Amino acid sequence: MVYLDHAATTSVRPEVIADMTEEFGRLGNASSLHGAGRRARRAVEESRESIGEALGAAPSEVVFTSGGTEADNLAVKGLYWARNQADPARRRILLSAVEHHAVLDPAHWMADRQGAVYEELPVDEIGRVHPETLRAAIERDPTDVALVSVMWANNEVGTVQPVAELAAIAREHGIPFHTDAVQAVGAEPVDFAASGATALTLTGHKIGGPVGAGALLLSRGVDPVPLLHGGGQEREVRSGTLMTPLLRGFATAVRLAAEERASHTARLAELRDELVATVRKAVPDITLNGHPVDRLPGNAHISFPGCEGDALLMLLDAGGIECSTGSACSAGVAQPSHVLLAMGASAETARSSLRFSLGHGSDRGDVAALGGAIGPAVERARAAWNKRR
Amino acid sequence: MSLRVLAAMSGGVDSAVAAARAAEAGHDVTGVHLALSKNPQSYRTGARGCCTVEDSRDARRAADVIGIPFYVWDMAEEFDRDVVQDFVSEYAAGRTPNPCLRCNEKIKFEAVLDRAVALGFDAVCTGHHVRLADGRLRRSVDAAKDQSYVLGVLTREQIAHTVFPLGHSTKEEVRAEAERRGLAVADKPDSHDICFIADGDTAGFLNERLGSEPGPIKDESGEVLGTHNGAHTYTVGQRKGLNLGGAPERRYVLSIEPVANTVTVGPRESLQVDEIIGRRPVWSGCDPVTEPIACTVQLRAHGEVYTCRAWQRDDELVVRLEQPATGVAAGQAAVLYEGDTVLGSATITSTSRSAEAAAAF
Repeated sequence: MVYLDHAATTSVRPEVIADMTEEFGRLGNASSLHGAGRRARRAVEESRESIGEALGAAPSEVVFTSGGTEADNLAVKGLYWARNQADPARRRILLSAVEHHAVLDPAHWMADRQGAVYEELPVDEIGRVHPETLRAAIERDPTDVALVSVMWANNEVGTVQPVAELAAIAREHGIPFHTDAVQAVGAEPVDFAASGATALTLTGHKIGGPVGAGALLLSRGVDPVPLLHGGGQEREVRSGTLMTPLLRGFATAVRLAAEERASHTARLAELRDELVATVRKAVPDITLNGHPVDRLPGNAHISFPGCEGDALLMLLDAGGIECSTGSACSAGVAQPSHVLLAMGASAETARSSLRFSLGHGSDRGDVAALGGAIGPAVERARAAWNKRR
Repeated sequence: MSLRVLAAMSGGVDSAVAAARAAEAGHDVTGVHLALSKNPQSYRTGARGCCTVEDSRDARRAADVIGIPFYVWDMAEEFDRDVVQDFVSEYAAGRTPNPCLRCNEKIKFEAVLDRAVALGFDAVCTGHHVRLADGRLRRSVDAAKDQSYVLGVLTREQIAHTVFPLGHSTKEEVRAEAERRGLAVADKPDSHDICFIADGDTAGFLNERLGSEPGPIKDESGEVLGTHNGAHTYTVGQRKGLNLGGAPERRYVLSIEPVANTVTVGPRESLQVDEIIGRRPVWSGCDPVTEPIACTVQLRAHGEVYTCRAWQRDDELVVRLEQPATGVAAGQAAVLYEGDTVLGSATITSTSRSAEAAAAF
């Protein structure tokens, strides 16, 4: 199997499995007051401290969640409600046109059901939000903006946003700035304090941690309205029994990702460039989407003119090569990617694209296997495409 | 011989068992669910739409149990153009189309098959109840479930790229086998209605698209007997819903003239026809027949079978029935059989009654 879909999920690292296995063997609810509870509480708090240290956040700024989607929802809905309650004039949600659905859809929902005004910040042809764009949007009326959300790095095309500059503009106007850094942790130098963001989403399973554990880094003094009410475990912002084994594994994964980032990303970037060159050799008329340099090191998002990404994916899958069209849809039919469309691509180009994402375990053998399979697959997919037209 | 087979999986029990049998027979099977409409209920219109979520999940689950790869193919555009719009325009022209047949002809065994072949597959497998014998279609052993009629439009070339694993089994056997194989769809009810008219209200569906202009209901002499609410909602042979009040005898819809927006009714004997003309004849079970041959013909899904003589005259099919038939609607297919083997088919364009038939009544 050639796994080129690390942006979807990654294999859990052995160190993480070891820590979680140990923790699963132990008893204790971190909210209990007795010895077993205290022991679990210690594991949770050490995990919190470790994550904070790795990402430039104070331990109290780490709010554990079930993953990226929950953290994004908490940021968008929770911050909106809090800001809107403080001043009902604040109704605008500004977010980039290339956000993940975990940000886009809550914002759409807030607009449909909660009276929010949803405003997309356009991106350029490589998927980047220009600081002037955000400034202009805010300065049209700084008093009615509830929050701004711009992702750190795009999950589909890998483009890295100028987060610090964007956050600074929001900060000038006292507007909370959220960034979804799910794809950035481990790949970019993510430092919460230095970024100037108010809230930052991360998740474990994209970096060799377990699925089911994530966090929202949340500046002190910022109190979103909770989505989940109950025991109030996480700063009264998030309730639910703390999943001690998962959190330990999550913390280990974050620590390793931060420690190894420099060497890991250098290796991936080199391998990624080799992948693009290899594919281009087999199919000369491809286009690499996104920023040529300022992009996630493991990401190669490629358009294959004249064929459908869906067909290519199927043909590669049949040959044991696993990749993605970039926009997963659990029930099946992938629509043309909103990210590509926002970057100005035609629906046809958007449909003709595949995302290859590298990670731990990816090697030159994977790239060579793809190089051998892609040419014939494209030939067939093009024949099928011509039949349809 | 092991083939690379694309199994169309609707999410129902038949296609699931068909795919399982194809895989068990040693073929290299890939399951595909055909998404035939953009999800109209999706909250995320414009952002992301998925369709027939439950059927798609059932199909995926069945593919998982069988252990074959599974994908969803978006055929919504082709389906809308070649099936839904065709359905509406056929009604608008006063004919009574069979959309399932059109879907087999244009979608499953044309758009999907073409794409599959281009992608390296040898054949498309479906859960239709029909047998294949020496490249010819034969009726299923389960007469009540036989689907050879809705496949009668297929050409020899299309049939050469099909796998129909269910024709030798009854529906009961298929359900029992699904149960045995652990396919959760074993108990799923059969689908009967037109899949793209979810609420089953065909008249409402057509009114929405074609309007519902009232018009006259006349008898054969031209006398106006009443008023209808849109000619396209009537079908030749229909008796109910005419609301003609205290007529002394039962009246039936004889014909529909959409341009004049007129429905003509008359007594049952006026429905009797013994000559049928069809367009676009297809001969899948024999070479094109230009001299009359003795065979049988079926004129609607699950309809009666009539003894006839049939032949191709220029680019038309001519069918002469031995005994008159009633309620034969233009737009339906005339499928010719030799015993239980399909010879060919054509879409009915007109019907008539010979003097002998009229006299014989």
